[in-house]
Amino acid sequence: MRQPALTVALPLLLSLTAPAAQAQMPEDVTHFTLPNGLETIVIEDHRAPVVVQMVWYRIGAADEQPGKSGIAHYLEHLMFKGTDTLEPGEFSKTVTANGGSDNAFTSYDYTAYFQRIAADRLPLVMEMEADRMANLQIGEDDWQAERQVVLEERAQRIDSNPRALFAEERDAVQFYNHPYGRPIIGWRQEMEGLTRQDAIDWYDAHYAPDDAVLILAGDVTPEKARELAEKYYGDIPAKGDIAARLRPQEPVQNSPRRIEMHDPRVAQPTFTRSYLATERNPGDQKPAAALTILAELLGGSMQTSVLGRELALPGKALWVNARYDGLSVDPTTFMLSMVPADDIDPDQAEKLLDQALTGFLADGPDADDLARVKTRIRAAQIYSRDSAHGRAYDYGQGLSTGLSVEDVNDWPDILAEITAEDIRDAAEKLLNSKATVSGWLLPAEQTATPAAIQSEVQK
Amino acid sequence: MIRAAFALFLAVLAAPAHAIDIQEVTSPNGIKAWLVEDHSIPFTALKLDFQGGASLDAPDHRGAINMMTATLEEGAGKLGSTEYARALEDLGAKVNFDVSDDTLGVSMQALTENRDETADLLALALAQPRFEDRAMERVRAQIQAIIRSEANDPQSIAAKEMARQAWGDHPYGSSVNGTADSIAALTRKDLVAAKNRVLARDRVVIGAAGDITAQELGELVDRILGGLPEKGTAALPAQAELQLTGGVTTIDWDSPQTVVSFAGPGLPIDDPDYFAAYVANHILGGGGFSSRLMEEIREKRGLTYGIGTGLATGIYGQTWQGGMAGSNATTGQAIDLIRQEWDRMAKDGVSDQELADAKTYLTGEYPLRFDGNGKIASILSGMQLVGFPVDYVNTRNDKVEAVTAADVQRVSQRLLHSDGLRFVLVGRPEGIEATESAQID
Repeated sequence: MRQPALTVALPLLLSLTAPAAQAQMPEDVTHFTLPNGLETIVIEDHRAPVVVQMVWYRIGAADEQPGKSGIAHYLEHLMFKGTDTLEPGEFSKTVTANGGSDNAFTSYDYTAYFQRIAADRLPLVMEMEADRMANLQIGEDDWQAERQVVLEERAQRIDSNPRALFAEERDAVQFYNHPYGRPIIGWRQEMEGLTRQDAIDWYDAHYAPDDAVLILAGDVTPEKARELAEKYYGDIPAKGDIAARLRPQEPVQNSPRRIEMHDPRVAQPTFTRSYLATERNPGDQKPAAALTILAELLGGSMQTSVLGRELALPGKALWVNARYDGLSVDPTTFMLSMVPADDIDPDQAEKLLDQALTGFLADGPDADDLARVKTRIRAAQIYSRDSAHGRAYDYGQGLSTGLSVEDVNDWPDILAEITAEDIRDAAEKLLNSKATVSGWLLPAEQTATPAAIQSEVQK
Repeated sequence: MIRAAFALFLAVLAAPAHAIDIQEVTSPNGIKAWLVEDHSIPFTALKLDFQGGASLDAPDHRGAINMMTATLEEGAGKLGSTEYARALEDLGAKVNFDVSDDTLGVSMQALTENRDETADLLALALAQPRFEDRAMERVRAQIQAIIRSEANDPQSIAAKEMARQAWGDHPYGSSVNGTADSIAALTRKDLVAAKNRVLARDRVVIGAAGDITAQELGELVDRILGGLPEKGTAALPAQAELQLTGGVTTIDWDSPQTVVSFAGPGLPIDDPDYFAAYVANHILGGGGFSSRLMEEIREKRGLTYGIGTGLATGIYGQTWQGGMAGSNATTGQAIDLIRQEWDRMAKDGVSDQELADAKTYLTGEYPLRFDGNGKIASILSGMQLVGFPVDYVNTRNDKVEAVTAADVQRVSQRLLHSDGLRFVLVGRPEGIEATESAQID
């Protein structure tokens, strides 16, 4: 992300359809595509005079060539450096001077830009966003200072944070072949070598209306939205021949892996185990739905989940968690994590975790637990209507990871139809998989000298 | 073309802001609440703020209110931890407890179909928390782990040192978490005492938004608070005296970057110059990419990923503060720039364009905050917490508009002096001399 202040909470369980309207478009959502291929979603919420514009490009860090890691994110920064008619920095200053806020973020599968602004200012931000879709200029003076900014971003977010360093290495070990094993922000030595020409090439190859999704959410009607989209984006030529996103895929993984990292900045040993896991696929979201509910059942709540009851409540672990997000172009990971209690050593902690998982596999999901998770999903559907911005994320992420609007609309119903048997099958397949990385992030070893600590921090 | 459009849009800004209709509700038991009624989504968001928050800790039990708050969700009445959480999940309800220097905040989201049952569960947690041994030990171990982690986190180390230097023995001067020793000593009796210090009907303010009428809200509030004592056992906190001096404190920390924290005197929210300072802060360092500090330190020189400043308007004490992180090698250069910009505000003031842009942002941004029941409920209770009148939402932008360049310069001359700024640096900064050094304890 471009600006440290931004945190975007993505609701785990999203949801948009009215309860009885399977596969139908919610009445406050409209979907159309401009002749140049720009897919547009309008989400109406007229409670406050606020609107959010988001443009999601279907391009991200996993589309980078080896040796050029970080270019997707670096280009995201450079998108604020002006166009044929806008000075460097003028985009954000104009948004701010109009009472709005703007930002951008890069992921493996997409790069997205957004503004939140008073509804009567929507034409202004649409005009500027359309402008930089076609007319980006990267000045000689700007690209080097901005490369320094992304290096500082890496220093702040990754190099200064042992958990982030550990996650980066864990992902590199998890994926033998797929670019999900490379950090989104880039490996430092490759970031240092990125050039203005690399950025221009990336922009020219990937920024076009037929490889993007426009989302307008808030106080705007679909008629007005279409008129404005046609006016500002309609004349931008399509690129044509959008290539399928064929990344190198994972071979069968037969070796469970283990990693261990020591860092003097770590106060509390932390265990994580990541499992290679399927993602949400167009027309085929049921396996991902089962994993989504499995994560809730295993680690969704410290008081009521399986791992919470087995490990946290009896005082064996301070924290437990299970996490899975199926919004991904290619297979992703399902993650368990645990901070053991002080008197539980790592071997013992891992045994206790495995016992709890074995018990779950033997017993299957508890019927009452499953019913409660489904109640929470239904409630989350209602609460989610409180945030047009949040719903914009749901559609943006879905459409930029290969799902259709129908897939996004169907998701709550697919979650609701998952049975105990589906979850048992998903759990058996996942928890018996060998495609795992089990890792401990530990405090400094007692023997570590200051010099050793230094090199460890800087790797 | 873009610039022409920009000018046109500025002209539209004179249009009146969207008025927000806040109802003042008094419950049958006499408790006041503010409400924005909106029946478009079948749920209600409620926010309760108990004044004083963790600053009401008894002097020798620092951390008790925080630990008590974290244990509220661990069972109440006849329900243990798991049963209590299950009961909430069965309703699809959300209840959250959170404590800070100025308030113990309770938020609730309840579906209309089972709002009363949700309220009953919340009432139970507030009035009859179990504070069982096992739950207490678990929460205690979590807080001890947080204290250890914060001692290893440069941002937390910097914040803690700055608070200590600014506020000394006042509760603002130490972490709401307490210390390893103070937490280790807490008993169940201490948690009960902590609860009685802060959770009482005489110090609660309430905001609500969503699918509920004024009458229903009055009844709901009584349902939630009926089991609480009328008065808290601790007096509200005293005002803290700012003890900050100018200078540079370094704390050695082995990292590629230095965390830079800086602070000087601020002003309370009811100060006549508060809005002038608010505008000044936006131009200096509060306005993201539009601010002077971001322009000089990030955009022109790439010395940081981000720098920001803010008016820390605590109810019991205030500073004007900021922070950034950047390479050790260029920390001295960044600090020179911060000092330079700090003094330039006082010496040269702001341009008409900067002032106009700041006002357009600050007045345009304000109505955007009210775009959801959860956000509105929090804003309504927050307004009451700091003592704003109910019409504030509809007059606040006029106060921003009334600020002149002379006002901005006057308040800058009063508060922005680089020789009064304290810097706390955690890292191995180069190009800067420390006037003091501190140890990590």
